[in-house]
Amino acid sequence: MAERKLRVMVAKPGLDGHDRGARVLARCFRDAGFEVIYTGCHQTPEQIAAAAIQEDVDLVGLSCLSGAHRYLFPAVKKQLVERGADDIMVIGGGIIPDQDFQYLYDNGIKAIFTPGATLDSIVEWINNNVKPRE
Amino acid sequence: MYFAAEVLEKSSVLRQKWEDEVRRVIAKNPDQKPDHLWSTVSDLKIKRLYGPEDIKDMDFERDIGYPGQFPFLRGNQVTGYRGKYWTFRMFSGMGDAKTTNARWHLLLKEGQTGLSTAFDFPTLMGYDTDSPKARGECGKCGVAIDTLEDFLTLVDGIPLDRVTTSMTINPPATALWAMYCAAADLKGIPLTKIGGTIQNDMLKEFIAQKTLMCPPEPSVKLISDTVEFGTKYVPKWNTISISGYHIREAGSTAVQELAFTLRDGMEYVEDVIRRKGLDVDSFAPRLSFFFNSHIDFFEEIAKMRAARRIWAKAMRDRYKAKDPRSWWMRFHTQTAGCSLTAQQPYNNVIRTATEALAAVLGGTQSLHTNSLDEVLCLPSDHAVQIALRTQQIIAEETGVANTIDPLAGSYFVEALTNEMEEKAWEYIHKIDEMGGMIAAIEKGFPQLEIADAAYKFQRQIDAGEKIMIGVNKYVSEVQEPIPLVEIDDRVEIEQIERLNAVRRKRDNKAVKRCLEDLKNACKKGENVMPYCIEAVKNLASVQEICDVYREVYGEYRDPGLY
Repeated sequence: MAERKLRVMVAKPGLDGHDRGARVLARCFRDAGFEVIYTGCHQTPEQIAAAAIQEDVDLVGLSCLSGAHRYLFPAVKKQLVERGADDIMVIGGGIIPDQDFQYLYDNGIKAIFTPGATLDSIVEWINNNVKPRE
Repeated sequence: MYFAAEVLEKSSVLRQKWEDEVRRVIAKNPDQKPDHLWSTVSDLKIKRLYGPEDIKDMDFERDIGYPGQFPFLRGNQVTGYRGKYWTFRMFSGMGDAKTTNARWHLLLKEGQTGLSTAFDFPTLMGYDTDSPKARGECGKCGVAIDTLEDFLTLVDGIPLDRVTTSMTINPPATALWAMYCAAADLKGIPLTKIGGTIQNDMLKEFIAQKTLMCPPEPSVKLISDTVEFGTKYVPKWNTISISGYHIREAGSTAVQELAFTLRDGMEYVEDVIRRKGLDVDSFAPRLSFFFNSHIDFFEEIAKMRAARRIWAKAMRDRYKAKDPRSWWMRFHTQTAGCSLTAQQPYNNVIRTATEALAAVLGGTQSLHTNSLDEVLCLPSDHAVQIALRTQQIIAEETGVANTIDPLAGSYFVEALTNEMEEKAWEYIHKIDEMGGMIAAIEKGFPQLEIADAAYKFQRQIDAGEKIMIGVNKYVSEVQEPIPLVEIDDRVEIEQIERLNAVRRKRDNKAVKRCLEDLKNACKKGENVMPYCIEAVKNLASVQEICDVYREVYGEYRDPGLY
């Protein structure tokens, strides 16, 4: 039987409304053949984790351009873990200074993509690193 | 007819000769790229050459004219920049009110001529710093303001009767404007003397920027309240800054920015007339606009020139305004944040200078130039100084301000201006047919048009069809680090302490009463402004006021269209 399609959630945590990147990626993931759920702006980490579980996604992609990523990205991962969904992978993107990468990796964020990353390179990373959950 | 028949005849002959020559040359030496890639950043096709035939249908009096005369293509001010340069207005706000106040004084000392406030996300969204939704955001993207006490610190030492201040604030605009009014009052300055701008443009929030609170209909009602209050009591205030900037940053084309912004403006005009019964000439002169100046030089100039002409026509012919000042489109411009790159950030100085020059040639009244580091963080003192100096060099060294609208009469610029106008009217009429901008937003029309354009552009960048130096061409292996401004997490802790101190010392019964009065005013459809001023004077917080709106009008959630 063919593997089922990847289910990917694109989410905007916090109060940031800069959603150009998130929406471009949502569309790109759809074109790449993933099943896409886009949360819209202004989601709390709790809402994102609950929705990710509810929607049974394989990957959560977070976008933040407000500078609050150091709090928000780990908070989403923590919420997933607390809800027993530590197998849902979390990646992030936006305006993320290089010096924050390690902190985010240490807090469970698997990859960070910043301006300049091509759409195809992000899709390729996902295809290589994310498998549909059992 | 713009040209005499013999000029066009002559041109046609010479043009034929030139075209033959072009064909001969490109048969041997082909162009560097195919025809369709010679286009603007918005993907508008540009011809190799423009000539008299491209503008032959123009009518001098109807379409061009003189500065200060209908249709204002050449500008509003009869003296151009000789009487006064555009206002050098740098958007700034960071950390707490004290830090931002220090930046403001620095900018004024360096020759800035107007202030512009960037608020942090909790303030922009109408939450106090200690709201669970605000965690991690305090002071990060702008200044944190919870109560009038913060606001008084923000404007400390600023002569409110002499310096005009712009505030980029949307859902909580009534609360922050009320604070400005209250601050003036406490300093003994009458409301008739203060000048400035509140952005207060919710339609573009639903379309692009997504600073959301209540649904579109009550959001527009609150805006009409401010227009009415300003018209009656604060006559020098621009109560809306109808903004294309964010529409463009969200990925729109130049034509979409132009069309959606002007159609938003028309929606506000119609609402104030219908809801408040005001005469159009009583408030229209105080409507102001805000455009993006992107990297495609001539497209931007054409856009700004077209904007003035469209607005003049709309105000005179559609809304029957009689006062020439109602026909004026006055606008602020900001260079395009989305054109800047994190890679090789010093290149951003050149981008910003080019965009600033386009804004000046387009006839802007006010300008913010982005700092080279704004793509990475809040601007440093040094970066912001370079950005301000960019404007000063354009104004005082380059000579471009010597003469008004110097590109008028250019075959290309006039033809492009006409094309922008035609394409904008097509969108405007389409939105009219949908029942206006609120109806179009509810259908997701402008949002999805912009999403299409943004996606297409990203694909073109990835394919190398559009170029961003340092991103998809001339990429450097080594990234030279630049100093980054960081906002310490202590700012949040201290801001919450200040807020709690205010809550302890204020008369909480009086606050409760003010908020009750505000709620009743909302329910009865009264103008909220007097109630907001009373509430902030009693130290009600931004969130407390916005919670009243959320309770009465309901909350709007981003539908997440893509």
